[in-house]
Amino acid sequence: MKKTIVALAVMGIGLGAAHAQQVVKLGNAAPLTGTISHLGKDLENGTRMAVETVNAQGGADIGGKKVKFELIGEDDQADPRTGTTVAQRLVDAGVKGVVGHLNSGTSIPASRIYDQGGIPQVSPASTNPKLTQQNFKGVFRTIANDVQQGGALGDFAVKTLGAARVAIVDDRTAYGQGLADETDKAVKAAGAQVVAREFTTDKATDFNAILTKIRAANPDVIFFGGMDAQAGPMLRQIKQLGINAKFMTGDGGCSPEMIKLAGDAINSTTYCSMAGLPIEKMPGGAKFREDYKKRFNGEVQIYAPYAYDAAMAIIKAMEKAGSVEPAKYLPELKASNFDGVTGNVSFDERGDLKEGAVTVYQFKDGNWVAL
Amino acid sequence: METLIQQLINGLVIGSVYALIALGYTMVYGILGLINFAHGDVLMVGALTALQTMMFLMGVAPGMSPVYMLTIALMVAIPVCITLGFLMERLAYRRLRNAPRLAPLITAIGMSFLLQTVAMILWGRNYHTFPQLISTTPMQPIEGVFITPVQVIIIAASAAIMIGLSLLVTRTRIGRAMRATAENHRVASLMGVDTNAVIAFTFVVGAALAAVAGVMYASNYGIAHYGMGFMPGLKAFTAAVLGGIGNLGGAMLGGIMLGLVESFGAGYIEHLTFGFLNSSYQDIFAFIILGLVLIFKPTGLLGERVSDRA
Repeated sequence: MKKTIVALAVMGIGLGAAHAQQVVKLGNAAPLTGTISHLGKDLENGTRMAVETVNAQGGADIGGKKVKFELIGEDDQADPRTGTTVAQRLVDAGVKGVVGHLNSGTSIPASRIYDQGGIPQVSPASTNPKLTQQNFKGVFRTIANDVQQGGALGDFAVKTLGAARVAIVDDRTAYGQGLADETDKAVKAAGAQVVAREFTTDKATDFNAILTKIRAANPDVIFFGGMDAQAGPMLRQIKQLGINAKFMTGDGGCSPEMIKLAGDAINSTTYCSMAGLPIEKMPGGAKFREDYKKRFNGEVQIYAPYAYDAAMAIIKAMEKAGSVEPAKYLPELKASNFDGVTGNVSFDERGDLKEGAVTVYQFKDGNWVAL
Repeated sequence: METLIQQLINGLVIGSVYALIALGYTMVYGILGLINFAHGDVLMVGALTALQTMMFLMGVAPGMSPVYMLTIALMVAIPVCITLGFLMERLAYRRLRNAPRLAPLITAIGMSFLLQTVAMILWGRNYHTFPQLISTTPMQPIEGVFITPVQVIIIAASAAIMIGLSLLVTRTRIGRAMRATAENHRVASLMGVDTNAVIAFTFVVGAALAAVAGVMYASNYGIAHYGMGFMPGLKAFTAAVLGGIGNLGGAMLGGIMLGLVESFGAGYIEHLTFGFLNSSYQDIFAFIILGLVLIFKPTGLLGERVSDRA
């Protein structure tokens, strides 16, 4: 019996080699239209770089064959419903693994579809803790989650900045709300007071009404859980309303875009946090930034290096398992342990990044500087 | 107290912008019975064209005074939007003038998508920083109440434009032609009114207003983006319905009212509901009021004076 299997396996390899080249589809899902499409494109570019790098080397070595990858990029519009639709489309297209989605609000509903289709999903951007708490076997992320990030933010606000009164705003998305809730908990745990808890949407540009209300509560620090597209204008309006509080936001607002959008309202009292290390401190950061500039003619926004590592985790697991079949390479993906662009990539039993470091940045001399 | 006054100012500023956009909706509706859903996107084109012009001017004449620069940007943005408004009417809506009402409505939604996609291709997906040429340094007219020069200009310019438009409609020859066309365009054309020209003129005026509103909106928030017209467009449409769509005074009233309700709603919802609802329900007031108005007065607040619409 054993012999037959060996014989079949040998035949299989022989047949594979006889074929010209195998092309395997990898999926990528991120918002490519809408208010945060710049971040979605950044994410997709990261995955694309990974695929192109592997293909440029003649493909990955999987079970003795050279395998090339084809990227199928879908636009989830940052919308939960569209997210599930494109997830189904990727599963139907026969992708062997998915990098995405960006927003926690799309990643969480989509993860069910990937689970049913038996396709592993590695999100380079979704930080809501719920994503990996659903007990799906094939869900991973290459970025620290919000328990880690919110904890660090709350701690920083109270212990380092010495805030006693904190106002918290979120954009009511799974990401913004999740991060704001974790920050809220950490602020209270550190012994400070949350004096205002306000809400907006991920499509708003006018925050004057809620900020006026916050001003009346006289906070030392205003924290916003949301993306740069809202954080930038919000910071401008904070200054226009004469509020002197310090401003903090999470990874969604920790981009070059944020600096641009906040204009002259941004100064050294502005802080943001980022899961992982700053790109200049990432082991492969400098080279990645340069390659990215060469290929896409622009700056890395936030998620490209994480997406690159997510795609690499899938490809490396396939190489180790000697198979592109999800059921076969999933155990290897779980056991991932390699040094990627963003640092060491290895997952805990839930699929969260083991060494989910969080860095707090301060705005200084026209740039984010890691503290 | 200063919180209350501040919320009043917040509401007036955003309400003035809504009112200005709502005028564009309501004029077209008054004459054609068409809801031009692409109106918000004309606003976006206006803002982005102005941005492009400013970038160009900063490149060739860096020392130019901000006032000139803004004026030139407006002088470019307005004609571009006028052309766009004219072409939309001529190419898309005129052919459907006698079609069932659903056809032009869906065409308008299609135009909106088209404009957004073209703008996305032309200007990219990124947010753009809109140069704030008018100062946004807050002034303090009353202790604890802040208002920026841009906001003062927005309120003043909106008021001036609204008065100008009312005069245009009620006092001029073309205004009379507009009112006649609104009442019955077949009869108007029998009386010698060139209704096609009047309708085209209406679109052109609406588009020019949208261009101005776009530049004001972008100057106030300091950003521009291909999708920026969607939300204000939707809000202004709500304002136009609230005030009585087809009625100029109604659009102004509706716009200002919506702005105020939104701002007070977000500011006081927690007190008013004893902490039961928070600011994530801030739009609830606007839509409760809209619902009530439409139940008790389906034509909107000022909607009954049909002869006045234009």
